[in-house]
Amino acid sequence: MSTRFRINGQRAEVDVPEETPLLWVVRDDIGFTGTKYGCGIGLCGACTVHVNGRAVRSCVTPVSGVSDTEVTTIEGLSQNGEHPLIQAWVETQTPQCGYCQPGQIMQAAAMLADFPNPTDEQIDHVMSGNLCRCMAYIRIREAIKLAAGRMRADAGEDNPGADHA
Amino acid sequence: MGRTLATVLVVVLIILAALFFLIRKPSIAAVETPGASSFSAEQVERGRVLAGIGNCATCHTVNEDDPYAGGREFPTGFGSLYATNITPHPEDGIGNWSREAFVRSMREGVARDGSYLYPAFPYTHFKNLTDEDLDALYAYLMTREPVAYTPPENALHFPFNLRFLQWGWQLLFFSRDPLQPDPQQSDDWNRGAYLAEGAGHCTACHSPRNAFGAEKKDKAYAGALVDNWYAPALNTEQPVPVHWDSDTLYDYLREGQTDYQGVAVGSMGEVVHQGLERAPDSDIRAIAIYLASLAGPEEADGVDRQAGQIIEAAHERTDGDRGYGENVYMAACAACHYNAADNPIALRAELSLNSAVTAADPTNLLRVLLQGIPANEGTPGVVMPDFARLDNRDIVELAQFLRKRADRPAWDGLEKRLEELRQQTGTAAPHQGGSQ
Repeated sequence: MSTRFRINGQRAEVDVPEETPLLWVVRDDIGFTGTKYGCGIGLCGACTVHVNGRAVRSCVTPVSGVSDTEVTTIEGLSQNGEHPLIQAWVETQTPQCGYCQPGQIMQAAAMLADFPNPTDEQIDHVMSGNLCRCMAYIRIREAIKLAAGRMRADAGEDNPGADHA
Repeated sequence: MGRTLATVLVVVLIILAALFFLIRKPSIAAVETPGASSFSAEQVERGRVLAGIGNCATCHTVNEDDPYAGGREFPTGFGSLYATNITPHPEDGIGNWSREAFVRSMREGVARDGSYLYPAFPYTHFKNLTDEDLDALYAYLMTREPVAYTPPENALHFPFNLRFLQWGWQLLFFSRDPLQPDPQQSDDWNRGAYLAEGAGHCTACHSPRNAFGAEKKDKAYAGALVDNWYAPALNTEQPVPVHWDSDTLYDYLREGQTDYQGVAVGSMGEVVHQGLERAPDSDIRAIAIYLASLAGPEEADGVDRQAGQIIEAAHERTDGDRGYGENVYMAACAACHYNAADNPIALRAELSLNSAVTAADPTNLLRVLLQGIPANEGTPGVVMPDFARLDNRDIVELAQFLRKRADRPAWDGLEKRLEELRQQTGTAAPHQGGSQ
């Protein structure tokens, strides 16, 4: 069965069984391998992408469910890694092994659309579904706050990020 | 002795003959299918809107390419019914039905050939439609594409398969008198009542039914399980802590979501996104005004404050509990559903306010967990993944945690219901230990 949607600004059409997880389509059929496979049951957040700007666990989302939507992966979050979250991630040396980081950043980007000035409590609740086995949680929180501050400061200027929220 | 017996026999025969004539409905002569030129464009358009408000298509369509061709199965306690073909095909559909035959079916529940229809077809509501609206619906249906398709025969148990017994059902539960406007109420309210009680037939799903399948009039809008979705109460028993008002009902019926009460999925998703989308804003507003009045006068304001307090209490009740259910919630749900008390976001459907959690029936929450919500259902453009791959313990503990968080008692028999719904929706539990 054919499903059409847009991914990172490009048109995509895939002919796979409708229950195929979006994650496999994104990685194997389309080739954006930045999005990672973790638990496969929607409990770790490594596979987080955006669908119409909202964070979605792609390992438990059937591809038929995103028909006619705009999907964004870590590759499409910004052109050359200039998204404030990615820059903050680098500056604060947040990643350790790095495997969970694309999912962390995609979840954080979606969160900042809903909570532009997040409290610790809000970060803990919204980010708890993104596991990091290197325990980088403290630096993740720091990087989110750094990026959120810059995004708020930029908000008066042009569109601060390339996020689709 | 012989004379007495003869008298009794004669009396019985007379009674039977009288009953036969009472019960029997004449057949109405078949006609040539009226051509499109028999109707005005305005009539057909008005019929299209009414067919949307009545959401005829959901029950009378199986295959989207053959709208109104019937065949959808309705399993009931009396056996299975199959929706009829209402396209203007002369043999398979209603193409040879005259206007008179159509109007009689809508108002009296009797088919063109004189046989009684079952009240799964809500003629009990359609009797409220005006002549002009029935003409418009007739015009709309007669100008659809005829589809050559005969739906399966009904498979009802004896004696429910005897259609003439519906005469008795009608005697007990049906009055032909149409709804009368209430002069005490506004024009909008009366328009809303006409649409909700007539074409919209809201109580067909939102009211519980008695042992004979008739709506309980004294329990109108008290909520019911239909088609394996729970249609929540809209009267004073409504399960949502922030009660519906005409604004939130308008948002829900127009867009499929509200700030506080929930999202239109399942059968109601079809009503909103495939049916009501044809109706003008003024009709949606009228229905909202009428439905809001079912729970008494609206509260003037303070709704946002009330919602904030409930969310704050939900946070306090459960934060730091870190039991099994909360761990599942934090891992699977909070990323998208956690809200700040002072600014809940409709797209982050707040679970302490949502009827899927607060209703006494767990069906809606379980089905959404098992099946997710694709982007073209629920809130358009927003996807919820399914969590069918969580095992039964995860889902049960999660659901009971959400109940506790919403200050509701634990659901009874939850695991059994979960297993039933897994079977009915084809979402089997994962093999133990096989998910890592």
